[in-house]
Order: sequence, then structure tokens, then C-alpha cells
Amino acid sequence: MHFFLEVLIGGLLAGVMYSLVALGFVLIYKASGVFNFAQGAMVFFAALTYVGLLEKTGLPPWIVFALTLGVMVLLGIAIERVVLRPLVNQPQITLFMATIGLAFFIEGLAQIIWGTDVRRLDLGLQDEPIESVLTRFDIMVSKFDLVAAAAAGVLVAVLAVFFNVTRIGRALRAVADDHQAALAVGIPLKQIWAIVWSVAGFVALVAGLLWGARNGVQFALTFVALKALPVLILGGFESVLGAIVGGLIIGASEKLAEVYLGPLIGGGIEGWFAYVLALLFLLVRPEGLFGERHIDRV
Amino acid sequence: MLYRESGQFKTTYAADQQLFPIVQDRVAILALLAVAAVGVPLVATDYWFTAILIPFLVFSLAALGLNILTGYAGQLSLGTAAFMAVGAIAAYNFQLRIPGIPILVSFVLGGVSAAMVGVLFGLPSLRIKGFYLAVATLAAQFFVPWLVVKVGWFSNYSASGVITAQPVVIAGVAFDTPVRKYLLVLAIVAVLALAAKNLVRSRIGRAWMAVRDMDVAASVIGIRIMRTKLIAFAVSSFYCGVAGALYAFAYLGSVEPDGFNLDLSFRILFMIIIGGVGSIMGSFLGAAFITLLPTFLDVVLTDGAIALGLNLPSGMTSMAQLVVFGALIIFFLIVEPLGLARLWQIGKEKLRLWPFPH
Repeated sequence: MHFFLEVLIGGLLAGVMYSLVALGFVLIYKASGVFNFAQGAMVFFAALTYVGLLEKTGLPPWIVFALTLGVMVLLGIAIERVVLRPLVNQPQITLFMATIGLAFFIEGLAQIIWGTDVRRLDLGLQDEPIESVLTRFDIMVSKFDLVAAAAAGVLVAVLAVFFNVTRIGRALRAVADDHQAALAVGIPLKQIWAIVWSVAGFVALVAGLLWGARNGVQFALTFVALKALPVLILGGFESVLGAIVGGLIIGASEKLAEVYLGPLIGGGIEGWFAYVLALLFLLVRPEGLFGERHIDRV
Repeated sequence: MLYRESGQFKTTYAADQQLFPIVQDRVAILALLAVAAVGVPLVATDYWFTAILIPFLVFSLAALGLNILTGYAGQLSLGTAAFMAVGAIAAYNFQLRIPGIPILVSFVLGGVSAAMVGVLFGLPSLRIKGFYLAVATLAAQFFVPWLVVKVGWFSNYSASGVITAQPVVIAGVAFDTPVRKYLLVLAIVAVLALAAKNLVRSRIGRAWMAVRDMDVAASVIGIRIMRTKLIAFAVSSFYCGVAGALYAFAYLGSVEPDGFNLDLSFRILFMIIIGGVGSIMGSFLGAAFITLLPTFLDVVLTDGAIALGLNLPSGMTSMAQLVVFGALIIFFLIVEPLGLARLWQIGKEKLRLWPFPH
């Protein structure tokens, strides 16, 4: 039982890390209907820029964080100007392909600017078990994972407030609901998109820092995006809550499967298990847990 | 003046329904095939065959397969490479386990195996649509290579699942030189491409397009959605499977399961997007573009750097390639979202009226 709990908690906390990446996808899909494959590249770009600036300038971390955030906002605005605006009204698959092209572009650009070396990122957090929990319940809970989970929680809370209370947030939801109606009541669509991509850049930065601190800042960070996809389809593309719940489910079941199912069928199942799980789940609920129901009309 | 169909009257239904109803088209296709089969082997070097022409044809076939599924039946798939892997490994195993089986039969059986796997992974498409389906096909993409590595039987217990394709011998003729391999691939691709061209204008092809355009409406007019979608998955996977077998037997010689990765799937998806979704011609144009572009960029960037006196580190050119590749894809999508096939079509329309456009 102890072991089970330990695996479960480890899985749930790992799932939060997936949720962080999935959040970026959801934000953009909600507001512009674009399935943004470049989110993984943005995570990579953000982490690499942060580490690069830290090394080059030697400024305190919070200033570097602000600078990186500025870079991500600029990137978001540039994407809106150069990629999205000319592609308004194109079918979704075209926009999806454009974001794949964008992913290549960002990956190449990041490595041209900052080099291809694997870099260490130290946030001052140790990936070690928390003493008090270890002694009292005999369960290992990583400090780092807990902080990451807390960061995700804060992020979701901030986003929830932003979406529900602020003027811009309401405009975002209006745009997500119906582009044309939003335009008709005077919401500036182009600005809104630039804002959404900037916010997604911010989420990418947070995800990039946490993932980078854990695995090192390297090209493999872009594959994190692939881990976020089953989370997305499990939770539903349009739901922030879905991204979180989906991440928890995927993280926990993946770890449990690796521990209990893995030895039976030969290990290494982490690569595909999440996808198969999501696939089976979709057979029961095609729009994901919290996705908007798709109604066909002739 | 040259390309005009006026005066070409049809007197039989057969003549009216033939694949290329315009004389000029027939002549052009025959000329193209003749050049590809006779002219090219006379002038091209071995490098051209192994590095450009054979991969171009193999990828064209794979793109054709994906185009049937995505372009005609409207089911977005990111698992193309997995179906290619099934084709390659099945063909290898048929050659290995059944003594004396003709290699062409192995290729076909490889395609059939891929079709069966395709139907299996196509089943969710009956409930799932759009991007949800695309992500679901990723399950195939990650599951198939894993299975091949895990179950040693598939690769005859070789290290890390690498398979080494058997020599290709048909009716006593060994297809071992680049020229011969090229001709073999060309023949198979030409036959399958013509079959596809025929298929998409048949009853089933029209059913695919109806499902693509609006599946509810299609089912209302009496098209069986389930059957249509599954046939699309089967046919598409068959093409991808044969392409995978050729990829292993004629192009690379030995392949590892990890070679059939997501990158390959994306590359093939790029081909049909750049070439033109829902167009046989587009599959070839896109494959040519995506196969040639990296080679071209490599040459241009390396030579350009030397000409400018820049001493770029070796990793830099591949990064610059990524950037240019990504930028070009975005550029193409913005300029012509319907792909190269659309440009080709516009050219044809223009040619029809030339030289008197009014």
C-alpha cells in the first residue's frame, strides 16, 4: 500500500508537469481554434533563452525572467503578425501545418542563437524527498515536484481570474465562442490573438523552467509537447480544467502502468501507454472529459 | 494552342470514361513514363538514383497513401510511418519465413498486413473526428515501433530490432544495382498511382469525398460511413505498407524500427500539404519538393557560407536548414494553401487559352 501510494503521488505530480504544457495548447485552441503544435518548441525556446540570458548577462534571475517574458511576448506578437494574420479563414488543418512549420523555425532559431549544448538550469530547488513526510508517513514526495505542482496551481488560479474577471479575459472568451460575433461587438480580434499567444508564451516559459530544471535544457524538451497531447485529448481541447485533470490522470496511470503492468509485458511502455489510454477513453467520450460537445447538423 | 480539347469528340462510353480523356494528357503521361523509364537511366548517376530518385518515388507512394486517407476521405492521420513500418517488417518476415515466395507477393502481403493494422487503428475514427483522431493515430505511431523492438520474432532476434532486407530477385533477375532498383520502384509506383487515380473517381472514391465534405449528409444519402472510412484506412495503409517495404528493400537496405518515427510521418504529411491535399498529382509534386529541398538547402547553405567566407560550425547548417524549412512551409501555406497541385491546375487553365486569353 505504501509503495502504491508513493507511485500514485509521484505520478500525479509528474502529471502536473504535463498539464503545464497542455495548458499552453488549450489557451491557444480556445481563443483561436488553432491546434498549436509549436507549443513544445516555445517551451524549449523559453527555457533556452532564460538560461542563455542568465549566462550572458549575469543579472539576477527575476530580471532575466522578466526579459525572457518580454522576448516571449514579442515572439507571440510576431507569430500573430507573420503567420496567423495571413492565414485567417483557412481550414484548421492548414493552420495546424503552419504551426508545425513554426515549430521547426523556432527550434532552429533557438539553437542558432544559443548553441546546441545541453545546459543545466538551477532554480535552487532540490529534487529530494521532503523530510517530514518521509518520517511521518514513510512516503517519498519530491520537493521539486511539489513546488512544480504549486506553480501549476497558482498559474491556473491566475488564468481563471484573468479569464473570468478581467475585461481582456472576457473578450478572449467571446472570441473563442464566435469570431464573427466578437468582431461585431467591437472586440479587436488581432490584438486578442497577440495577447493569447503572449500568454501562451508565458505558460511556455514557466513550463520550460520547470522541465529544464528537471531534465536539463536540451532539444529533448520539445518532445514534452508530445506527452501533452494525450493529456489534451483526455481532458478536451477547450478546457483549462480538463488540461489539469487530464494531466493528473495520465501522469498517475502512466506511472502505475509502468510499475505494475510494465514487468508483465516487457517494460518501456511509457512511450505509448498514455496514447492508448487516451484512445480507449475517447471511444467512450469522443470529446474528452470537459471538451465541448460536438453536435452535427445537416 | 497546344493544350486544347476542342474537336476531340467521344463516340463511345468507354472513350468518354477513360482515365485521361484529353489526348494531350495521355501523350504527356506516356512521354513522362518513357523519359522516367528510358531517358533517366541513360543520364543519371548512381548518386542521383540512391539519394534522390528512389527516395522521391518511395515517398511519393507513401504520400499517395496518406493523401487517400487525409485528402480524399478527410481523416487526418499522424501515423503514416507506423504503417510503413508494418509493411516493411511484414514483407521481410514473409521473405524470411516462407521459402521461395516471390518478392512481389511479399510486397503485396506486406501491404495487406499494413492494411489490417490500418483498419484496427482506423476503428476509432468511427467515433472520433478531427484533431482528436490525429492524436489518436499517434498511438499507432508510438505503439508499432515499440512492439517490433520488444517482440524479437518480428526482426528475427536481431539487435535493437534492425532488419536487413533480403536481396530482391524477380524471375531470376537480381535487382541489385541502383538503376535496376530504380526501375523496379518506378514500375510499382506507376501501377499503384494509376490504380489510385482510377480508384478516386470510382464509386468508393466518390463516397470518400462525400464523407470528407460532410459525413452526416453522406450518411443521409445512403453512404455507409463505417465501411467507407474503414476502406479508406485499409487502402491508405496498403499504399503506405508497400511504400514501407520499398523503403526497406529498395532504398535503405536495412532499417530499424526507430527509423519509422514521428518525423517521417510529419515529413509525409508535409508532402501532401505542400503538394496539394486531395490530389494524386500533388502527392508527387510534394514528395519531389520535400525530398529535394534539404539536399538543395544543404548545397546552397554550405556553398553560400564558403562563398561569403564564413566559417560555420557543422551543426549550424542543419539548424539553418530547420529555420529555412519551417519558414518555407509557412510561406507556401500563406501563398497557396491548396498546394503545388493548385498552381499546376492554374497553369493548365492558362495554357488552355494561350496564346489568346480572351
